[in-house]
Amino acid sequence: MTSGPVVQVADLSVIRGGVEVLHGVDLTVEGGELVGIVGPSGGGKSTLMRAIVGVQANVAGTVRVLGEEAGSPSVRGRIGYVTQSPSIYDDLTARQNLQFFAAIQGVGRRQVEAALTTVDLAGAADQVVGAMSGGQQSRVSLATALLGDPSLLVLDEPTVGLDPVLRRSLWSTFRDLAAAGAAVLVSTHVMDEAERCDRIALLREGRVLATGSPAQLRERTGADTVEAAFLALIDEAAA
Amino acid sequence: MTPRITLAVARRVLHQLRGDPRTVALMLLLPCVVILLLWWVFSEVPGGMLDRFGPAIIAFMPFTVMFIVTSVTMLRERTAGTLERMLAMPTGRGDILVGYALALVAICLVQATLVIALAVWVLGMEVGGPIWALLVVALADSFLGTALGLAVSAFARTEFQAVQFMPALVFPQLLLCGLFLPRDQMPRAAEVISDFLPLTYAVEAMQGVQAGVDGAVADGTWTHLLVVVAIAVVVLALGTLTLSRRTD
Repeated sequence: MTSGPVVQVADLSVIRGGVEVLHGVDLTVEGGELVGIVGPSGGGKSTLMRAIVGVQANVAGTVRVLGEEAGSPSVRGRIGYVTQSPSIYDDLTARQNLQFFAAIQGVGRRQVEAALTTVDLAGAADQVVGAMSGGQQSRVSLATALLGDPSLLVLDEPTVGLDPVLRRSLWSTFRDLAAAGAAVLVSTHVMDEAERCDRIALLREGRVLATGSPAQLRERTGADTVEAAFLALIDEAAA
Repeated sequence: MTPRITLAVARRVLHQLRGDPRTVALMLLLPCVVILLLWWVFSEVPGGMLDRFGPAIIAFMPFTVMFIVTSVTMLRERTAGTLERMLAMPTGRGDILVGYALALVAICLVQATLVIALAVWVLGMEVGGPIWALLVVALADSFLGTALGLAVSAFARTEFQAVQFMPALVFPQLLLCGLFLPRDQMPRAAEVISDFLPLTYAVEAMQGVQAGVDGAVADGTWTHLLVVVAIAVVVLALGTLTLSRRTD
Protein backbone atom coordinates (compact mmCIF):
# COMPACT_ATOMS: atom_id res chain seq x y z
CA MET A 1 0.00 0.00 0.00
CA THR A 2 1.23 3.45 -0.85
CA SER A 3 1.31 5.92 1.98
CA GLY A 4 -0.11 9.38 1.39
CA PRO A 5 -3.14 10.31 -0.66
CA VAL A 6 -4.16 8.17 -3.63
CA VAL A 7 -4.81 11.22 -5.77
CA GLN A 8 -2.88 14.41 -5.35
CA VAL A 9 -3.67 17.25 -7.71
CA ALA A 10 -1.97 20.57 -7.20
CA ASP A 11 -2.23 23.73 -9.26
CA LEU A 12 -3.52 21.80 -12.25
CA SER A 13 -4.16 23.76 -15.42
CA VAL A 14 -5.32 22.21 -18.68
CA ILE A 15 -5.47 23.78 -22.10
CA ARG A 16 -7.91 22.31 -24.59
CA GLY A 17 -8.22 23.64 -28.11
CA GLY A 18 -6.15 26.70 -27.18
CA VAL A 19 -8.38 27.62 -24.25
CA GLU A 20 -7.52 27.08 -20.61
CA VAL A 21 -10.36 25.00 -19.15
CA LEU A 22 -8.92 24.23 -15.71
CA HIS A 23 -7.27 27.05 -13.80
CA GLY A 24 -5.09 25.87 -10.94
CA VAL A 25 -7.18 23.08 -9.46
CA ASP A 26 -6.18 21.41 -6.17
CA LEU A 27 -7.69 18.13 -5.03
CA THR A 28 -6.69 15.19 -2.89
CA VAL A 29 -8.44 11.88 -2.50
CA GLU A 30 -7.43 9.43 0.23
CA GLY A 31 -7.79 5.68 0.10
CA GLY A 32 -11.17 4.62 1.48
CA GLU A 33 -12.73 7.94 0.58
CA LEU A 34 -15.72 8.53 -1.68
CA VAL A 35 -15.28 11.94 -3.25
CA GLY A 36 -17.77 13.64 -5.53
CA ILE A 37 -16.90 16.19 -8.17
CA VAL A 38 -20.00 18.25 -8.58
CA GLY A 39 -20.82 21.07 -10.90
CA PRO A 40 -22.56 22.11 -14.09
CA SER A 41 -21.60 20.55 -17.40
CA GLY A 42 -18.77 22.33 -19.11
CA GLY A 43 -17.23 23.07 -15.73
CA GLY A 44 -14.23 20.83 -16.30
CA LYS A 45 -15.27 17.67 -14.41
CA SER A 46 -14.40 15.30 -17.25
CA THR A 47 -11.14 17.10 -18.02
CA LEU A 48 -10.07 16.85 -14.39
CA MET A 49 -10.84 13.14 -14.37
CA ARG A 50 -9.02 12.59 -17.65
CA ALA A 51 -5.97 14.34 -16.21
CA ILE A 52 -6.07 12.07 -13.15
CA VAL A 53 -6.34 8.96 -15.32
CA GLY A 54 -3.48 10.26 -17.46
CA VAL A 55 -5.17 10.50 -20.84
CA GLN A 56 -5.46 14.28 -21.01
CA ALA A 57 -2.92 16.19 -23.09
CA ASN A 58 -1.59 19.71 -22.34
CA VAL A 59 -1.56 19.37 -18.59
CA ALA A 60 0.43 21.71 -16.35
CA GLY A 61 0.85 21.32 -12.60
CA THR A 62 1.08 18.25 -10.41
CA VAL A 63 -1.08 15.17 -10.83
CA ARG A 64 0.13 12.22 -8.80
CA VAL A 65 -1.72 8.94 -8.44
CA LEU A 66 -0.66 6.27 -5.94
CA GLY A 67 2.59 8.13 -5.50
CA GLU A 68 3.44 8.10 -9.20
CA GLU A 69 3.05 10.48 -12.11
CA ALA A 70 -0.53 10.15 -13.47
CA GLY A 71 -0.69 7.76 -16.42
CA SER A 72 2.66 6.12 -15.71
CA PRO A 73 2.78 2.42 -16.56
CA SER A 74 2.89 1.18 -12.97
CA VAL A 75 -0.39 2.86 -12.01
CA ARG A 76 -2.36 2.14 -15.18
CA GLY A 77 -3.33 -1.36 -14.03
CA ARG A 78 -4.56 -0.05 -10.68
CA ILE A 79 -7.14 2.45 -11.91
CA GLY A 80 -10.68 1.75 -13.01
CA TYR A 81 -11.97 4.47 -15.31
CA VAL A 82 -15.46 4.94 -16.68
CA THR A 83 -16.03 7.61 -19.30
CA GLN A 84 -19.32 9.42 -19.72
CA SER A 85 -20.37 7.50 -22.82
CA PRO A 86 -19.94 3.73 -22.50
CA SER A 87 -16.54 2.83 -23.95
CA ILE A 88 -17.23 -0.75 -24.86
CA TYR A 89 -17.55 -2.83 -28.03
CA ASP A 90 -21.16 -2.80 -29.12
CA ASP A 91 -20.70 -5.78 -31.43
CA LEU A 92 -19.59 -8.04 -28.57
CA THR A 93 -21.63 -9.43 -25.69
CA ALA A 94 -21.26 -8.00 -22.21
CA ARG A 95 -19.29 -11.04 -21.12
CA GLN A 96 -16.97 -10.87 -24.15
CA ASN A 97 -16.30 -7.21 -23.43
CA LEU A 98 -15.41 -7.99 -19.84
CA GLN A 99 -13.30 -11.00 -20.77
CA PHE A 100 -11.29 -8.84 -23.13
CA PHE A 101 -10.59 -6.12 -20.58
CA ALA A 102 -9.98 -8.78 -17.91
CA ALA A 103 -7.28 -10.25 -20.14
CA ILE A 104 -5.66 -6.82 -20.37
CA GLN A 105 -5.75 -6.48 -16.58
CA GLY A 106 -4.57 -10.06 -16.19
CA VAL A 107 -7.51 -11.21 -14.10
CA GLY A 108 -9.62 -14.32 -14.50
CA ARG A 109 -13.13 -15.47 -15.17
CA ARG A 110 -14.24 -15.20 -11.55
CA GLN A 111 -13.67 -11.47 -11.52
CA VAL A 112 -15.66 -11.17 -14.75
CA GLU A 113 -18.62 -12.93 -13.19
CA ALA A 114 -18.29 -10.95 -9.97
CA ALA A 115 -18.27 -7.64 -11.86
CA LEU A 116 -21.32 -8.69 -13.88
CA THR A 117 -23.16 -9.52 -10.66
CA THR A 118 -22.16 -6.22 -9.05
CA VAL A 119 -23.79 -4.24 -11.83
CA ASP A 120 -26.77 -6.61 -11.90
CA LEU A 121 -26.13 -7.87 -15.43
CA ALA A 122 -25.51 -11.57 -14.78
CA GLY A 123 -28.77 -12.42 -16.54
CA ALA A 124 -28.00 -10.39 -19.66
CA ALA A 125 -24.30 -11.20 -19.91
CA ASP A 126 -24.57 -12.96 -23.26
CA GLN A 127 -26.56 -10.23 -24.93
CA VAL A 128 -24.79 -8.20 -27.59
CA VAL A 129 -24.10 -4.77 -26.14
CA GLY A 130 -25.48 -2.96 -29.21
CA ALA A 131 -28.89 -4.50 -28.50
CA MET A 132 -28.92 -3.38 -24.87
CA SER A 133 -30.61 -0.33 -23.40
CA GLY A 134 -28.50 2.74 -22.64
CA GLY A 135 -28.63 1.97 -18.92
CA GLN A 136 -27.41 -1.57 -19.45
CA GLN A 137 -24.60 -0.31 -21.64
CA SER A 138 -23.34 2.06 -18.98
CA ARG A 139 -23.44 -0.80 -16.50
CA VAL A 140 -21.25 -2.92 -18.78
CA SER A 141 -18.86 0.01 -18.98
CA LEU A 142 -18.88 0.32 -15.20
CA ALA A 143 -18.32 -3.41 -14.71
CA THR A 144 -15.24 -3.14 -16.90
CA ALA A 145 -13.75 -0.58 -14.54
CA LEU A 146 -14.28 -2.87 -11.54
CA LEU A 147 -11.99 -5.58 -12.95
CA GLY A 148 -8.70 -6.09 -11.18
CA ASP A 149 -9.71 -4.58 -7.81
CA PRO A 150 -8.51 -1.08 -8.66
CA SER A 151 -7.05 1.09 -5.90
CA LEU A 152 -8.61 4.10 -7.56
CA LEU A 153 -11.95 4.31 -9.34
CA VAL A 154 -12.58 7.32 -11.54
CA LEU A 155 -16.21 7.37 -12.57
CA ASP A 156 -17.44 10.11 -14.88
CA GLU A 157 -21.20 10.46 -14.39
CA PRO A 158 -21.72 6.72 -13.97
CA THR A 159 -25.37 6.90 -13.03
CA VAL A 160 -26.75 9.10 -15.80
CA GLY A 161 -29.86 7.59 -17.34
CA LEU A 162 -30.21 4.84 -14.76
CA ASP A 163 -33.36 4.18 -12.81
CA PRO A 164 -33.49 5.16 -9.12
CA VAL A 165 -33.34 1.61 -7.81
CA LEU A 166 -30.19 0.83 -9.73
CA ARG A 167 -28.68 4.20 -8.85
CA ARG A 168 -29.17 3.51 -5.20
CA SER A 169 -27.61 0.09 -5.55
CA LEU A 170 -24.62 1.45 -7.49
CA TRP A 171 -24.01 4.16 -4.90
CA SER A 172 -23.99 1.51 -2.23
CA THR A 173 -21.47 -0.39 -4.40
CA PHE A 174 -19.28 2.72 -4.56
CA ARG A 175 -19.58 3.01 -0.80
CA ASP A 176 -18.56 -0.67 -0.39
CA LEU A 177 -15.57 -0.21 -2.68
CA ALA A 178 -14.44 2.78 -0.65
CA ALA A 179 -15.01 0.85 2.57
CA ALA A 180 -12.76 -1.87 1.17
CA GLY A 181 -9.98 0.72 0.88
CA ALA A 182 -10.26 2.06 -2.67
CA ALA A 183 -10.32 5.75 -3.42
CA VAL A 184 -13.50 6.46 -5.36
CA LEU A 185 -13.89 9.65 -7.36
CA VAL A 186 -17.32 10.19 -8.89
CA SER A 187 -18.54 13.11 -10.92
CA THR A 188 -22.18 13.99 -11.04
CA HIS A 189 -24.43 16.91 -11.67
CA VAL A 190 -27.22 15.37 -9.62
CA MET A 191 -27.01 17.13 -6.28
CA ASP A 192 -28.87 14.55 -4.21
CA GLU A 193 -26.24 12.02 -5.28
CA ALA A 194 -23.57 14.34 -4.02
CA GLU A 195 -25.07 14.06 -0.54
CA ARG A 196 -23.88 10.46 -0.43
CA CYS A 197 -20.20 11.40 -0.74
CA ASP A 198 -17.70 11.73 2.09
CA ARG A 199 -16.44 14.88 0.52
CA ILE A 200 -17.47 17.08 -2.38
CA ALA A 201 -15.49 19.36 -4.62
CA LEU A 202 -17.64 21.98 -6.31
CA LEU A 203 -16.15 22.63 -9.71
CA ARG A 204 -17.35 25.52 -11.81
CA GLU A 205 -15.77 27.19 -14.82
CA GLY A 206 -12.51 25.35 -14.26
CA ARG A 207 -12.08 26.33 -10.60
CA VAL A 208 -12.84 24.53 -7.36
CA LEU A 209 -15.33 26.79 -5.59
CA ALA A 210 -15.32 24.82 -2.38
CA THR A 211 -14.51 21.43 -0.90
CA GLY A 212 -15.80 19.75 2.19
CA SER A 213 -18.24 17.18 3.45
CA PRO A 214 -21.87 17.76 2.48
CA ALA A 215 -22.56 18.78 6.09
CA GLN A 216 -19.71 21.27 6.10
CA LEU A 217 -20.87 22.85 2.86
CA ARG A 218 -24.43 23.16 4.11
CA GLU A 219 -23.26 24.59 7.36
CA ARG A 220 -20.92 27.08 5.75
CA THR A 221 -23.67 28.48 3.54
CA GLY A 222 -26.54 27.99 5.95
CA ALA A 223 -28.38 26.00 3.28
CA ASP A 224 -30.58 22.95 3.75
CA THR A 225 -29.29 20.96 0.79
CA VAL A 226 -26.07 20.62 -1.19
CA GLU A 227 -27.89 22.10 -4.16
CA ALA A 228 -28.78 25.22 -2.21
CA ALA A 229 -25.24 25.36 -0.85
CA PHE A 230 -23.88 25.17 -4.38
CA LEU A 231 -26.11 28.00 -5.57
CA ALA A 232 -25.16 30.09 -2.54
CA LEU A 233 -21.47 29.53 -3.29
CA ILE A 234 -21.93 30.56 -6.91
CA ASP A 235 -23.68 33.77 -5.82
CA GLU A 236 -20.91 34.36 -3.32
CA ALA A 237 -18.29 33.92 -6.04
CA ALA A 238 -20.15 36.25 -8.36
CA ALA A 239 -20.56 38.93 -5.72
CA MET B 1 4.21 -5.08 -25.12
CA THR B 2 2.81 -8.10 -23.29
CA PRO B 3 2.02 -11.32 -25.17
CA ARG B 4 -1.08 -11.87 -23.03
CA ILE B 5 -2.48 -8.49 -24.05
CA THR B 6 -1.43 -8.74 -27.69
CA LEU B 7 -3.24 -12.06 -28.01
CA ALA B 8 -6.27 -10.68 -26.19
CA VAL B 9 -6.51 -7.90 -28.78
CA ALA B 10 -6.19 -10.38 -31.65
CA ARG B 11 -8.79 -12.68 -30.15
CA ARG B 12 -11.17 -9.81 -29.55
CA VAL B 13 -10.89 -8.58 -33.15
CA LEU B 14 -11.68 -12.10 -34.34
CA HIS B 15 -14.64 -12.30 -31.92
CA GLN B 16 -15.97 -9.06 -33.36
CA LEU B 17 -15.68 -10.37 -36.89
CA ARG B 18 -17.31 -13.66 -35.95
CA GLY B 19 -20.30 -11.74 -34.72
CA ASP B 20 -20.64 -10.31 -38.21
CA PRO B 21 -20.85 -13.30 -40.59
CA ARG B 22 -21.78 -11.16 -43.56
CA THR B 23 -18.52 -9.24 -43.34
CA VAL B 24 -16.56 -12.47 -42.98
CA ALA B 25 -18.29 -13.94 -46.02
CA LEU B 26 -17.52 -10.81 -48.03
CA MET B 27 -13.90 -10.84 -46.94
CA LEU B 28 -13.39 -14.47 -47.82
CA LEU B 29 -15.46 -14.75 -50.96
CA LEU B 30 -15.13 -11.39 -52.67
CA PRO B 31 -11.61 -12.06 -54.03
CA CYS B 32 -12.81 -15.40 -55.39
CA VAL B 33 -15.78 -13.77 -57.08
CA VAL B 34 -13.56 -11.13 -58.69
CA ILE B 35 -11.08 -13.65 -60.02
CA LEU B 36 -13.93 -15.82 -61.28
CA LEU B 37 -15.40 -12.81 -63.06
CA LEU B 38 -12.02 -12.02 -64.61
CA TRP B 39 -11.73 -15.56 -65.93
CA TRP B 40 -15.31 -15.58 -67.20
CA VAL B 41 -15.25 -12.20 -68.94
CA PHE B 42 -12.15 -13.14 -70.92
CA SER B 43 -13.06 -16.81 -71.36
CA GLU B 44 -14.02 -16.44 -75.05
CA VAL B 45 -11.00 -14.45 -76.20
CA PRO B 46 -7.47 -15.75 -76.52
CA GLY B 47 -4.58 -14.00 -74.77
CA GLY B 48 -4.26 -15.52 -71.29
CA MET B 49 -5.86 -12.58 -69.51
CA LEU B 50 -6.12 -14.56 -66.28
CA ASP B 51 -2.36 -15.07 -66.32
CA ARG B 52 -1.79 -11.38 -66.98
CA PHE B 53 -4.20 -9.87 -64.43
CA GLY B 54 -4.68 -12.72 -61.95
CA PRO B 55 -1.54 -12.13 -59.87
CA ALA B 56 -2.29 -8.41 -59.57
CA ILE B 57 -5.81 -9.13 -58.34
CA ILE B 58 -4.46 -11.62 -55.84
CA ALA B 59 -2.12 -8.86 -54.64
CA PHE B 60 -4.75 -6.10 -54.53
CA MET B 61 -7.64 -7.91 -52.89
CA PRO B 62 -6.04 -8.74 -49.52
CA PHE B 63 -4.60 -5.25 -49.41
CA THR B 64 -7.96 -3.60 -50.10
CA VAL B 65 -10.03 -5.75 -47.79
CA MET B 66 -7.64 -5.46 -44.85
CA PHE B 67 -7.32 -1.74 -45.44
CA ILE B 68 -11.07 -1.25 -45.15
CA VAL B 69 -11.53 -3.53 -42.17
CA THR B 70 -8.66 -1.99 -40.24
CA SER B 71 -9.49 1.63 -40.97
CA VAL B 72 -13.14 1.23 -40.01
CA THR B 73 -12.63 -0.88 -36.88
CA MET B 74 -9.79 1.32 -35.65
CA LEU B 75 -11.83 4.44 -36.31
CA ARG B 76 -14.62 2.91 -34.25
CA GLU B 77 -12.15 2.29 -31.43
CA ARG B 78 -11.21 5.94 -31.51
CA THR B 79 -14.74 7.33 -31.61
CA ALA B 80 -16.26 4.84 -29.13
CA GLY B 81 -13.56 5.56 -26.55
CA THR B 82 -12.43 1.93 -26.38
CA LEU B 83 -8.99 2.95 -27.63
CA GLU B 84 -8.72 5.42 -24.76
CA ARG B 85 -9.89 2.78 -22.32
CA MET B 86 -7.30 0.30 -23.57
CA LEU B 87 -4.57 2.93 -23.31
CA ALA B 88 -5.66 3.94 -19.81
CA MET B 89 -5.12 0.28 -18.89
CA PRO B 90 -1.79 -1.56 -19.05
CA THR B 91 -2.13 -1.98 -22.84
CA GLY B 92 0.89 -0.98 -24.88
CA ARG B 93 0.52 0.62 -28.27
CA GLY B 94 2.42 -2.30 -29.76
CA ASP B 95 -0.15 -4.69 -28.29
CA ILE B 96 -2.91 -2.97 -30.22
CA LEU B 97 -1.02 -2.81 -33.50
CA VAL B 98 0.39 -6.30 -33.43
CA GLY B 99 -2.88 -7.72 -32.10
CA TYR B 100 -4.74 -6.23 -35.03
CA ALA B 101 -2.12 -7.36 -37.51
CA LEU B 102 -2.20 -10.92 -36.14
CA ALA B 103 -5.97 -11.21 -36.36
CA LEU B 104 -6.20 -9.78 -39.85
CA VAL B 105 -3.24 -11.66 -41.26
CA ALA B 106 -4.87 -14.84 -39.93
CA ILE B 107 -8.01 -14.01 -41.87
CA CYS B 108 -5.96 -13.16 -44.92
CA LEU B 109 -4.37 -16.59 -44.72
CA VAL B 110 -7.78 -18.14 -45.31
CA GLN B 111 -8.81 -15.54 -47.87
CA ALA B 112 -5.63 -15.84 -49.92
CA THR B 113 -5.61 -19.64 -49.75
CA LEU B 114 -9.12 -19.72 -51.20
CA VAL B 115 -8.43 -17.30 -54.04
CA ILE B 116 -5.07 -18.82 -54.93
CA ALA B 117 -6.50 -22.35 -54.92
CA LEU B 118 -9.33 -21.20 -57.16
CA ALA B 119 -7.08 -19.34 -59.59
CA VAL B 120 -4.39 -21.99 -59.87
CA TRP B 121 -6.15 -25.31 -59.51
CA VAL B 122 -9.63 -24.58 -60.78
CA LEU B 123 -9.15 -21.85 -63.36
CA GLY B 124 -5.66 -22.88 -64.42
CA MET B 125 -3.65 -19.71 -63.86
CA GLU B 126 -0.06 -20.38 -64.90
CA VAL B 127 2.43 -20.10 -62.05
CA GLY B 128 6.10 -20.96 -62.59
CA GLY B 129 7.27 -20.41 -59.03
CA PRO B 130 6.08 -22.18 -55.88
CA ILE B 131 2.44 -21.71 -54.92
CA TRP B 132 3.32 -20.98 -51.28
CA ALA B 133 5.25 -17.95 -52.48
CA LEU B 134 1.98 -16.49 -53.80
CA LEU B 135 0.55 -16.93 -50.32
CA VAL B 136 3.54 -15.24 -48.70
CA VAL B 137 3.21 -12.24 -51.00
CA ALA B 138 -0.54 -12.05 -50.34
CA LEU B 139 0.11 -12.04 -46.59
CA ALA B 140 2.62 -9.22 -46.98
CA ASP B 141 0.04 -7.26 -48.97
CA SER B 142 -2.61 -7.74 -46.29
CA PHE B 143 -0.10 -6.59 -43.69
CA LEU B 144 0.47 -3.46 -45.77
CA GLY B 145 -3.29 -2.91 -45.96
CA THR B 146 -3.58 -3.24 -42.18
CA ALA B 147 -0.75 -0.76 -41.63
CA LEU B 148 -2.18 1.83 -44.01
CA GLY B 149 -5.70 1.36 -42.67
CA LEU B 150 -4.45 2.10 -39.20
CA ALA B 151 -2.65 5.24 -40.30
CA VAL B 152 -5.70 6.47 -42.21
CA SER B 153 -8.00 5.92 -39.23
CA ALA B 154 -6.16 8.79 -37.53
CA PHE B 155 -7.06 11.21 -40.32
CA ALA B 156 -10.66 10.18 -40.89
CA ARG B 157 -13.35 11.68 -38.69
CA THR B 158 -16.14 9.36 -39.80
CA GLU B 159 -16.43 5.84 -41.16
CA PHE B 160 -17.68 7.38 -44.38
CA GLN B 161 -14.40 9.25 -44.79
CA ALA B 162 -12.36 6.19 -43.90
CA VAL B 163 -14.00 4.16 -46.63
CA GLN B 164 -13.42 6.96 -49.14
CA PHE B 165 -9.70 6.65 -48.57
CA MET B 166 -9.83 3.21 -50.12
CA PRO B 167 -10.41 4.24 -53.77
CA ALA B 168 -8.11 7.20 -53.17
CA LEU B 169 -5.29 4.85 -52.27
CA VAL B 170 -6.12 1.93 -54.53
CA PHE B 171 -7.07 3.33 -57.95
CA PRO B 172 -4.04 5.53 -58.56
CA GLN B 173 -1.77 2.68 -57.53
CA LEU B 174 -3.69 0.27 -59.75
CA LEU B 175 -3.14 2.53 -62.76
CA LEU B 176 0.50 3.24 -61.96
CA CYS B 177 1.68 -0.21 -60.92
CA GLY B 178 2.49 -1.36 -64.45
CA LEU B 179 -0.48 -3.63 -64.87
CA PHE B 180 -2.13 -1.79 -67.74
CA LEU B 181 1.04 -0.48 -69.31
CA PRO B 182 4.60 -1.55 -68.53
CA ARG B 183 6.06 1.10 -66.28
CA ASP B 184 8.93 1.97 -68.65
CA GLN B 185 6.41 3.01 -71.29
CA MET B 186 4.66 5.49 -68.99
CA PRO B 187 5.50 9.19 -68.94
CA ARG B 188 8.73 9.59 -67.00
CA ALA B 189 7.05 11.40 -64.10
CA ALA B 190 4.45 8.63 -63.74
CA GLU B 191 7.19 6.05 -63.68
CA VAL B 192 9.04 7.93 -60.96
CA ILE B 193 5.86 8.23 -58.90
CA SER B 194 5.23 4.51 -59.28
CA ASP B 195 8.69 3.85 -57.83
CA PHE B 196 7.41 5.19 -54.53
CA LEU B 197 4.13 3.26 -54.41
CA PRO B 198 4.07 0.06 -52.38
CA LEU B 199 1.55 -1.74 -54.56
CA THR B 200 3.95 -1.47 -57.49
CA TYR B 201 6.26 -3.77 -55.58
CA ALA B 202 3.39 -5.96 -54.40
CA VAL B 203 2.30 -6.60 -57.98
CA GLU B 204 5.87 -7.11 -59.18
CA ALA B 205 6.45 -9.64 -56.40
CA MET B 206 3.31 -11.53 -57.45
CA GLN B 207 4.35 -11.42 -61.09
CA GLY B 208 7.84 -12.55 -60.09
CA VAL B 209 6.42 -15.65 -58.46
CA GLN B 210 4.34 -16.30 -61.55
CA ALA B 211 7.28 -15.80 -63.92
CA GLY B 212 9.50 -18.17 -61.96
CA VAL B 213 10.60 -21.50 -63.38
CA ASP B 214 11.01 -24.97 -61.92
CA GLY B 215 9.58 -24.09 -58.55
CA ALA B 216 11.85 -21.07 -58.04
CA VAL B 217 10.74 -17.44 -58.18
CA ALA B 218 12.11 -14.96 -60.71
CA ASP B 219 15.05 -12.75 -59.82
CA GLY B 220 14.16 -9.74 -57.70
CA THR B 221 10.93 -11.21 -56.33
CA TRP B 222 12.14 -11.40 -52.74
CA THR B 223 13.56 -7.87 -52.97
CA HIS B 224 10.16 -6.61 -54.08
CA LEU B 225 8.51 -8.50 -51.25
CA LEU B 226 10.97 -7.02 -48.81
CA VAL B 227 10.15 -3.52 -50.04
CA VAL B 228 6.44 -4.16 -49.38
CA VAL B 229 7.12 -5.42 -45.87
CA ALA B 230 9.55 -2.57 -45.14
CA ILE B 231 7.01 0.06 -46.23
CA ALA B 232 4.36 -1.67 -44.11
CA VAL B 233 6.62 -1.63 -41.07
CA VAL B 234 7.43 2.06 -41.54
CA VAL B 235 3.74 2.93 -41.97
CA LEU B 236 2.86 0.84 -38.91
CA ALA B 237 5.51 2.67 -36.90
CA LEU B 238 4.03 6.00 -38.05
CA GLY B 239 0.61 4.63 -37.14
CA THR B 240 1.91 4.03 -33.62
CA LEU B 241 2.46 7.75 -33.26
CA THR B 242 -1.22 8.34 -33.95
CA LEU B 243 -2.17 6.18 -30.96
CA SER B 244 -1.23 8.76 -28.38
CA ARG B 245 -2.12 7.93 -24.84
CA ARG B 246 -2.87 11.55 -24.04
CA THR B 247 -5.35 13.38 -26.25
CA ASP B 248 -6.94 16.79 -26.15
